[in-house]
Amino acid sequence: MRAEQRSGTLLAAPYVGFLLAFAAYPILFAVILVFLQWDLVTAPAFTGLDNVRLLASDSRFWRAVANTFVFLSIHVPLQIATALALAVALNRRLVLRSFWRAAFFLPVVISGAVVAILWSNLYATDVGLINRLLVRIGLAPVPWLTDPATAMPAIAVMVTWKNVGFYVIIYLAGLQYIPRSCQEAIEIDGANAWQRFRYLTLPSLLPQTILVVTLSTINGFQLFIEPYVMTGGGPLRRTYSVVLYLYTNAFSYQKMGYAATIGVALALIIGGVVFAQRRLIGRAEAL
Amino acid sequence: MKFFGRFALYAGLALAALTFIYPFLWMASATLKPPSEVGALSLIPHQITLDNYRLMWARAPFGRALLNSTFVATTITVAVLVFGSMTAYAMARLHFRGRAALNAATIAVLLVPGQLTLIPLYTLIVQLGWIDTYTALILPYLFNATAILMLRQFFLQIPQSLIDAARMDGMGELRILFTIFWPLSKPVLSIVAIFTFMGSWNEVLWPLLVVRDQQIMTLPQLLTVFALGGGAGSVGVSLAASMVLVIPVVVAYAFLQRNFIESMAGTGIKG
Repeated sequence: MRAEQRSGTLLAAPYVGFLLAFAAYPILFAVILVFLQWDLVTAPAFTGLDNVRLLASDSRFWRAVANTFVFLSIHVPLQIATALALAVALNRRLVLRSFWRAAFFLPVVISGAVVAILWSNLYATDVGLINRLLVRIGLAPVPWLTDPATAMPAIAVMVTWKNVGFYVIIYLAGLQYIPRSCQEAIEIDGANAWQRFRYLTLPSLLPQTILVVTLSTINGFQLFIEPYVMTGGGPLRRTYSVVLYLYTNAFSYQKMGYAATIGVALALIIGGVVFAQRRLIGRAEAL
Repeated sequence: MKFFGRFALYAGLALAALTFIYPFLWMASATLKPPSEVGALSLIPHQITLDNYRLMWARAPFGRALLNSTFVATTITVAVLVFGSMTAYAMARLHFRGRAALNAATIAVLLVPGQLTLIPLYTLIVQLGWIDTYTALILPYLFNATAILMLRQFFLQIPQSLIDAARMDGMGELRILFTIFWPLSKPVLSIVAIFTFMGSWNEVLWPLLVVRDQQIMTLPQLLTVFALGGGAGSVGVSLAASMVLVIPVVVAYAFLQRNFIESMAGTGIKG
């Protein structure tokens, strides 16, 4: 028993050291940094709540938060709808079923940086593939990434496209658990395809839908490489994301205290939004 | 009617699949086209050229970045498997003081968004003088909470009698782990290996913070810097650079798609 105690401690010790250095310390130091002004060159200065006050009135930060909500209002519903539609289509005997699944999942395995570079070209106003298709069917080309009104929606659609395969797998897993007997019962009752979807499939998939909402929301708040590569946050800062602002403050302005404050605020906002969503969905379910 | 429904279903699936695959095919073909043809919808170049690849290779150290990425992702993956297994084995099968607390701490770590610890970690790396080193790219990823929890869950299901018998034969805990547990844990090890490798291979925010020297840059970082800095000069060249990042992944995915899907979607379901 004592030998087991000893080997257990020995085997777990490196991980404990790692947690202290790379999890506990940074979390603690993030909170301390909120009260500091530090450029990494001169000594850090204690500035009390200056960072918090600055953040509260920083229109660039709130612009980024508002942009994220624009992104989420398009991304989350679109993600649910497309993932659900593809999963329901796949959830039957099909020729080439694993091929379809693999095709939908392909963008998930590709680096976000590559997808961003690829789509900047697809969205390009004059030579982009999408506008060439539009022109071919007789429509006017759209300046997707250079018009303030379309830039964030365009990025939201792209991110939905990249991640949908991931959520299809989550929904497919959920569909396996709808009992055969329920499906037979509702068919005997004479429900048509839409009614079966609306009154059996959709309610049964609620846990998966909650998961999709949570994960795609967190993902939305962590948006970085897409605006960094595709728009630089423009036009008119309409695609500026919170993480891009955090990165800029740390890397370009050397404001460690302020960047850490943005990080803490982002963590609190993510926690708050996810909590509120779960409460809302829970209440909707109770009705 | 039934036939019509079936036809519509397959037409829909084919259209959807095309939406996901066509952009990558277009990208691959664009890298083989001369600049005058890049914008064209057609997938087949009139005139095939390797100029884009030649220019890409000459203008930035992509060969070096390929080696860097391979080295960093492989080291992290091996570490996560070896160290993660040791930790998970202790947490699942050995009784020691603080085990429950360690388990709780591991779950708590998963709930903290990475952006919270990003800046403090960055300042730590700066103060340790690790900017522009492989250490900065590798060390913060040596352990992975998701991996440890998945391995622990799997190790819990292996019968105690195997451990008891091995101990009776005088085997140490490490030998039990690597000669008895590992062969039984291939499914979970492959899941952990794939999502760890892919996560590291595609990571770009952390390298952008801690590496400025082109010689140390990983592929996605060099690609981003190259495409943004105008070093590419043309669409074909920046897409050719993207291909260096994409080709190894697509080849691996073609052979192991089931494992990829299980691994990369499975972590989301768990976490």
